[in-house]
Amino acid sequence: MTTTNKELVEGLRVQAQHVREAILRMVYAANSGHCGGSLSAADIVTALYFHIMRIDPQHPSWEDRDRFILSKGHACPVLYSALALRGYFPQEELGTLRAMDSRLQGHPDMRKTPGLDATTGSLGQGLSLGVGMALGAKLGGKAYRVYVLMGDGETNEGQIWEAAACAVKYRLDNLVAIVDKNGLQNDGPTDAIMPMGSLAEKWRAFGWDVVEIDGHDMAQIVGALDEAKERSHGKPTAIIAKTVKGKGVSYMENVVEWHSGAPTDMELDIALAEIWKGR
Amino acid sequence: MATKKATRDAYGEALVELGKVNPDIVVLDADLSQSTKTVGFARAFPERFVQIGIAEQDLIGTAAGLAAAGKIPFASSFAVFATGRAYDQIRNSVAYGRLNVKIAATHAGVTVGEDGGSHQMLEDISLMRALPGMTVIVPADGVEAKAAVKAATEYEGPVYLRLGRGGWPVIFEEDHRFEIGKAALLKDGDAATIIACGVMVSQALEATKLLEAEGIDVRLLDMATIKPLDVDACLKAAEETGAIVTAEEHNIIGGLGSAVAEVLVEKCPVPMERVGVKDTFGQSGTPDELLEHYGLTAKDIVAAVKRVMARKA
Ligand SMILES: Cc1ncc(C[n+]2csc(CCOP(=O)(O)OP(=O)(O)O)c2C)c(N)n1
Repeated sequence: MTTTNKELVEGLRVQAQHVREAILRMVYAANSGHCGGSLSAADIVTALYFHIMRIDPQHPSWEDRDRFILSKGHACPVLYSALALRGYFPQEELGTLRAMDSRLQGHPDMRKTPGLDATTGSLGQGLSLGVGMALGAKLGGKAYRVYVLMGDGETNEGQIWEAAACAVKYRLDNLVAIVDKNGLQNDGPTDAIMPMGSLAEKWRAFGWDVVEIDGHDMAQIVGALDEAKERSHGKPTAIIAKTVKGKGVSYMENVVEWHSGAPTDMELDIALAEIWKGR
Repeated sequence: MATKKATRDAYGEALVELGKVNPDIVVLDADLSQSTKTVGFARAFPERFVQIGIAEQDLIGTAAGLAAAGKIPFASSFAVFATGRAYDQIRNSVAYGRLNVKIAATHAGVTVGEDGGSHQMLEDISLMRALPGMTVIVPADGVEAKAAVKAATEYEGPVYLRLGRGGWPVIFEEDHRFEIGKAALLKDGDAATIIACGVMVSQALEATKLLEAEGIDVRLLDMATIKPLDVDACLKAAEETGAIVTAEEHNIIGGLGSAVAEVLVEKCPVPMERVGVKDTFGQSGTPDELLEHYGLTAKDIVAAVKRVMARKA
């Protein structure tokens, strides 16, 4: 389940720190945005965009590309970072996040940002979009795969479970749902706001193949995503990734107030130093 | 300069005050209590606060159940989710049964700012107004918002309260008497009438001053209740001033402008102009940039007044 390709894993780890740096600089420049949930997803999104997904930044609308849906749309800084670093648009553009007329809207807008596969921001809708795209691939005889990233708070929404049932009914083994289980949502800890019990058992009960991983262990992330790729026996895969909200920046880690908000000059300096510490 | 206050802050304060005297008030939120300002009530009366999580359909359905059990539930989220996500729950579980649910939604309109189009609700007045028996209130400032929360508590039946994110100028004195279904006359005049709601009332006030400087004396009505509309005030304005401009931070389809036009066209057709968002979605930007971009400033109201006056017979 974990990959043993050390070179690959090390390269992705460094790439994920570049993604983290871009997230922090972008939110700092915009003076608003969502750091916590972007940083918790940084390793997963890096693995997808720099190793797992079949994509071509020169041809963002290539029909056969793999799709990624950021269902927790508020975490778009992580996606914009990955897209820019992967070459979909110039990195300087990251500084326009949330500004008037920017292609980088406060929440993902597929009509504005090159490489963005779905418009999101209203939580709980992404998995249905993913089911539709995966079903579309099956109907069109296409081999592309669909990845949907959700928040654990987001799984409060009933629509996710409606889609979960549907994905099993249509045997969508080209669909991977990833839950960024950082344990916090907007108002507090997920266990206090709305306890969901065991997410792994829930997805399993719906009929999904379930893998539980450490969402910051690159070898486990790559291993789980690679394994999901090879699987084709008529079941969708759910990856429950245990993560830390604000991962990489000590004063943001596990702090609910860092769900949204921008770092000050000093906070940015500390954050960047921490991210590159020891590398 | 006038002091500023967000209508959502006034809502949060009103809930705490009313919660002290009315034990039937129950407040529900969908993981946005810091933003909708229900957090104050949650701290003061934890046993009467229901945290539903990120589940707006469940939020409204549960509020309907509480109302059926004799409580006075206030259900809060952002306007886009409270009305859009849960529309069918509002229609079938709340309005159809005429249950006593108060939906208090914050972050309406483009003044949400940087979060962008997904979060800038511009169709909620339209959606709520189309529901039989729904009362729709869009307060102009913090004072009116507080008074509206009190009025909604005393009124029996479903109410939609539309609140904003940003700090808006305080217009009314503390003793302002708000009555559901009654417009407030903010300025008299005979050249034309501006009928506004929400944040556009302060833009309209500004517009009346700009017009006054040019010797144009307009009437200004704060139409905080969009349903039931103050039909008498609309007709009186049409008859006495002969031209109407509406102003709202909402799509021009289905909101205040449409409500006023429906009355005028049947009972007293006069030239009319609607200031509002021209049937498009919002985008990221600062609130001021967006008001400017979508034509929602005092200047835009002044231009509309001049256009409508030119059309007077
Ligand atoms: C339908 C909907 N309801 C509410 C919100 C407001 N909101 C944005 S983020 C958030 C908390 C999300 O928590 P989680 O899914 O756990 O994301 P993460 O902690 O990873 O950022 C809320 C309530 C929203 N965007 N959409």
